Amino acid sequence: MRKPIRCTHTAALCASLIGAGLACFPAWAQEDPSGSWSPRFHEDWLERIPGPEIGDYAGLPINDAARLRGDSWDATLIELPENQCRAHGSDYGWRGPSNLRIWPEVDRATQRVIAYHTHLSAYGAEQTIWMDGRAHPPEYARHTWAGFSTGEWDGDSLVVTTTHLKENWIRRNGIPRSDLATARVHLMRHGNYLTVAVLVYDPVYLTEPFMRTTDFVFDPQQQMAPWPCEVVDEVDRAPGIVPSHLPGQNPFLEEYPAKYGIPPAAARGGAPTMYPEYMLELKRLPRLPRPAGGAAQP
Amino acid sequence: MIERSRPSTALLAAAALFVLGIPAGIARAQPATAAADLARSEVHALAVQGSVYMLVGAGGNITVQIGDDGVLLVDTGLARMSGQVLAAVRKLSQRPIRYIINTHVDADHTGGNEVIAQAGSTIAGGNVVGNIGASAGSQAAILAFQAVLDRMASPSAGQAGAPQGAWPTETYTTAERKLFFNGEGIQMLHIPAAHTDGDTMVFFRRSDVISAGDIFVTNGYPIVDLARGGNIQGVIAGLNRIIELAIPADEQEDGTLIIPGHGRLCDVADVVFYQEMVTIIRDRVADMVKRGMTLDQVEAARPTRDYDPRYGSTTGFWTTEKFVAAVYQSLKR
Repeated sequence: MRKPIRCTHTAALCASLIGAGLACFPAWAQEDPSGSWSPRFHEDWLERIPGPEIGDYAGLPINDAARLRGDSWDATLIELPENQCRAHGSDYGWRGPSNLRIWPEVDRATQRVIAYHTHLSAYGAEQTIWMDGRAHPPEYARHTWAGFSTGEWDGDSLVVTTTHLKENWIRRNGIPRSDLATARVHLMRHGNYLTVAVLVYDPVYLTEPFMRTTDFVFDPQQQMAPWPCEVVDEVDRAPGIVPSHLPGQNPFLEEYPAKYGIPPAAARGGAPTMYPEYMLELKRLPRLPRPAGGAAQP
Repeated sequence: MIERSRPSTALLAAAALFVLGIPAGIARAQPATAAADLARSEVHALAVQGSVYMLVGAGGNITVQIGDDGVLLVDTGLARMSGQVLAAVRKLSQRPIRYIINTHVDADHTGGNEVIAQAGSTIAGGNVVGNIGASAGSQAAILAFQAVLDRMASPSAGQAGAPQGAWPTETYTTAERKLFFNGEGIQMLHIPAAHTDGDTMVFFRRSDVISAGDIFVTNGYPIVDLARGGNIQGVIAGLNRIIELAIPADEQEDGTLIIPGHGRLCDVADVVFYQEMVTIIRDRVADMVKRGMTLDQVEAARPTRDYDPRYGSTTGFWTTEKFVAAVYQSLKR
C-alpha cells in the first residue's frame, strides 16, 4: 500500500511546493488568447488603413537619426522587386488589416502549453511564442520578421519578449525600427475582446520606449484567406537604384502639417509629443497656412 | 520510514520565486548580451542549411562545408585561433580538410591558412600535382583570386605580408572559378575593386548559401580598403550581385542564406537593408562631390548621421570618419 505523502517540512516549504506545482499548469487567472480574432480599426484608423502621411512623426519618441531616415524615405522604395513581398515585423504586424488566429501547441503527455502560434492574414505572417522556458538564440543567429519570442504569464496577461527582429517600421512612412530592438507584447484578453499592447525598445532610433495598443474581437466564424505574394516588375528601373530624397530636399514634408493645421515642429515628433502636456505646447507653436480648398478632417 | 533529502537553499529559493510570482524571464532579460560575450571568447558553430555551417568567434566568420568528399573552408580566421577553429571543424566532421577558399587577403580571414591547410590534404594525382608541385597531397589546397597571393607575397610598403605557408596554392584571374565538391556546385565569384582588389564571394548552389566575405558585414559600415584596391562602387556592385543571385522564400525571407564576413547569419532581406543604406550614403556623397564640396565639408555635413547609431563608430580600426573619407575618395577616383 502506498503511503500518503505528508508535508512534514515547514509551512513555507509546503507553500513553495504547491506553488511550483501550480506553475506547471495554466493558473485560473490566465486568459487563454487562443481563437479567431477580427481587428478593430477605431484606433489610429488614418495611420493604419489609408496609411500615414509623409512627414508625420508626431507622437513617436524618435531621435534625429530616425527623423532623417523618414525625411529621406521615398515611397517608391516599396515597389522595388526585393521589397514588394516584405512582411511587417511581428511588433508592427498587429496593426495591419489582418485577421488573427492564435492557437496553442500542447504536449500530449503533460498537457503543458509548449508554445502559442499566431497567424495574421497580411503576408500570412506567423509567430511562435515559446512557453517552455527556452533561452533566446545567440547574437549571431538569424533575425526574422517574426523574431524569436518567449512568453510568460503576468497575472492574466501573456507577456511576450521578442528579440532577433529584422529592421522594420515604427511608422509606415519611413520611420524605422532597428534590428537591435526588443519588443515586449502584452496579450490581454477580456472575454470576447483582445487587446495587444506592444512596447518597442530600440537603442538605435528611439529615445524612450514606444507603446501602442491594437484591439481585436473574438470572431469564431472568421475566414482566413491565403496571402500569396508574387514579385513583379512594376517599373523598368536599372538594378541597384535605391530611391531616396537627399537631405533637405524632400519637397513633401510640409504637406502634412499644412493639411491638418498642425505646427511643423509637432509633426517632427520626439518623446515630448507623446505626452498630454504637449497639448499646451501645441497652442504656442506657429502653424503653416492651410492649403486652398479647405481643411482636411483631422 | 521515508527518508527525505534536505532541499537545497537554491531549490527553496526557486520555489519561493514561483510562489511570489516573479517571472523567470527577468533572469534572462539580456540574453543576446550574454551570448555576445561568449561568442567573443570562443569559436561557435551554427548550422546554416544543407551542408554548410558557420563558425563565429575566430576573427572573420568562417564557412564550413562538409560531406563525403571531406571538408571545405571559406576563410580560416585569425592565426591565434587556429587550434580552436580546427577543434570546431572536427566536431562537425572527421573527414580530411581538402580545400580552403580565401574571400580576401585580410589576416582575420587568412591568418589560420598555414596551420589549417597543414592539417588537411588535397587529393593529388592527374594534373593536380603538376599544377602545384609535389606537395599537393600534403596539405589542403588554398584557393583565392590572384591579387590575394600578390598581396601576401609582395606586400605594399607599410603593409604586412604573410608566411609562405599561408599563401594560396591555386589562384584564378577570371570573373569566376567553379568547383564541384561534396555533391554540389560551388562558384567562386570575383567582385572587382570592392572591399579590396582580391575579393571572392562563394556560392554553394545546392545548399543555397552565399559566403560573402567582407563585402557584406552586419556590425558596421563596409570597410573599403583603398590601399589594397578597394572602392565603394565595388562594394555596392557586390551587394547587388548577392541580391541578384539570392532567391528568397515567402515574405522575402529565408531561401538563400548569406554568411557575412562579420556579424550574424542573414538572408537576402538583410542584404537589401544594407545595400539600401550603403547606396543612399554613396548617393549623398556623390551629390556633394558633384557640388564641389571638399572632404572636410562632406564630413561636416555628416552624410551618415541617420545610420550612425546602428553602424557608426568613433573608436577602433574603422571609424565613421574613415568610412566617409573612403566613400569620398572612391568617388573622386
